[in-house]
Amino acid sequence: MRYDATSPYAVEATGLVKRFGKTTALAGVDLVARPGRVLGVLGPNGAGKTTAVRILATLARPDGGQASVCGYDVLRHAYQVRQLIGLTGQYASVDEGLSGTNNLIMIGRLLGLPRAQARARAAELLARFELTEAAGRIVKTYSGGMRRRLDLAASLTGRPRVLFLDEPTTGLDPNSRTDVWVMIRQLVSDGVTVLLTTQYLDEADQLAHDIVVIDRGKVIATGTPDELKARTGGQVLWVAPSDPARLAEVATLLEALAGAFGGGEVTTDAEADAVSAPVADKALLPRVIRELDDRGIELAEFTLRRPSLDEVFFALTGHRSDPLSRGGSTPPDPPGNTQTRELEGTR
Amino acid sequence: MTAVVAPAFPAPARRLSLRGGLRNTFTLTWRSVLKIRTNLEDLLGLSLQPIMYLLLFTYVFGGAIAGGTHAYLQFSLPGILVLSVVFATLGTGLMLNQDIANGVFDRFRSLPIARSAPLAGAILGDIVRYSISVAVTLGFGMILGFRVTTSALAAVAACLLLLVFALAMCWFSALIGLMVKTPQAVQWFGFLVMFPLVFGSNLLVPSRTMPGWLQAFVKVNPITYLTEAERGLLTGGPVATAAIRSLLWALGIFVVFAPLAVRVYRRKT
Repeated sequence: MRYDATSPYAVEATGLVKRFGKTTALAGVDLVARPGRVLGVLGPNGAGKTTAVRILATLARPDGGQASVCGYDVLRHAYQVRQLIGLTGQYASVDEGLSGTNNLIMIGRLLGLPRAQARARAAELLARFELTEAAGRIVKTYSGGMRRRLDLAASLTGRPRVLFLDEPTTGLDPNSRTDVWVMIRQLVSDGVTVLLTTQYLDEADQLAHDIVVIDRGKVIATGTPDELKARTGGQVLWVAPSDPARLAEVATLLEALAGAFGGGEVTTDAEADAVSAPVADKALLPRVIRELDDRGIELAEFTLRRPSLDEVFFALTGHRSDPLSRGGSTPPDPPGNTQTRELEGTR
Repeated sequence: MTAVVAPAFPAPARRLSLRGGLRNTFTLTWRSVLKIRTNLEDLLGLSLQPIMYLLLFTYVFGGAIAGGTHAYLQFSLPGILVLSVVFATLGTGLMLNQDIANGVFDRFRSLPIARSAPLAGAILGDIVRYSISVAVTLGFGMILGFRVTTSALAAVAACLLLLVFALAMCWFSALIGLMVKTPQAVQWFGFLVMFPLVFGSNLLVPSRTMPGWLQAFVKVNPITYLTEAERGLLTGGPVATAAIRSLLWALGIFVVFAPLAVRVYRRKT
């Protein structure tokens, strides 16, 4: 691919194929990242997310297909691409044997900054990532969260236009995760394009403008979070009885009714003491209310909401996402947003 | 979806200049030297090992082999210099192996730097490690009573010859470090090759008493020539043949293992 200043995408990949021996890690992946936006690449462990990022960041050669960053081909113009990108891997790829400061000075010097500027940039980034106090300490002594922050700082040293974050919050505690999210939002507001892989659905929901769902080396869906949620058939009815003891009764009732109205599988959320069911026909709702009232079941909650990405993922892949991501942290969307949009469709 | 990337950033450079590449190499040399300073265990190992060898070999073997510790020290110190430096080359492979396992190399590869710089930087930085090893061995040997009986110039030549040989050997170590999965495997492979090489020589004992087949091996072993050259340069005796042969060996090792290591490195990175 040639340098194309009018390329509308910061990252563009078509038909990426990568095989390791007999295993096919990528079986023809297409994706695009819009400039200044966050593209979330979502998928379970082993789906091929990391392989895709490694190809896009010039670390691995694809066996087929093409990819470009800001119009530069990742194979033919790897040197140009490397000047435009920053990369933070799944494992913190900082030098454990150096101090935080020296790690960043090293990167700065490698990027061609004069000594004084490299030192200044290191200090600036350490301050921004709240590592100033630990700056002189050897990285081996850092906590996981500190290491990840330093790794992010390292990938930002060269002020990249496109930032690849491969599972940037895996293994972090909730506080550090939120910190990383805040930093990512800040970068995006500075105009950086972010390609983020994650197996946390709520992370993709929180950060991504566009989502690509990969499973077993294939893209199985693309769209905005809203589009993906709309895709599974619109809405989910969420019913919580005031008396948790009657949960089973509510479930049985919903199963019978949802079946009659062409809805999907009813799920009981024992933790939230609620039952949910996809709604295909809105005529179902008054019926449910009436039946519940007839049985004298008092309600704590009765909401119509869009499905969480977790439910979307299940609907798309037929299996749950990684158990780690299922902390119930996906808040139900506010009711009312019922708009169903056309999906861009998988190309 | 239709937003156009405005060329708000300067177009990236087309290629890296030679000067830029050299600067990358020096930055990464600085890194490996810095790591020697901050990695206390490595520094301790590097300096304690020769001290241990000197004490052990001189006082355990000295009386039995040479009839006295001083006489043996004059004989064995050049050998222990060789042994320490050869074992120190294992560090090159270990560091490369760690850099790959830790993902540090991935970071380097994502940067617009000379592709050879991480490898070249690691090896250049190791010259400092070898120098430390040589200095400690020679220094502590002198405390124990070793005397250079030739000249200062010859002693300097002895040290340089050691460094040249180490710089060749470290490519073998680099190859192993790049090929195997864990640091432990680097150690094992290294020792499996280096032990027979180092001890199947005249490094600690004269080869007179060895069985014929072993003498045959000792005669072609590069370590034997290197040790003879070191003895000649530090305590007198013929130098030229041994020195030339060890230099030729160093060249041979370099010619075989450097391209192999670079090939594996290029494939991996």
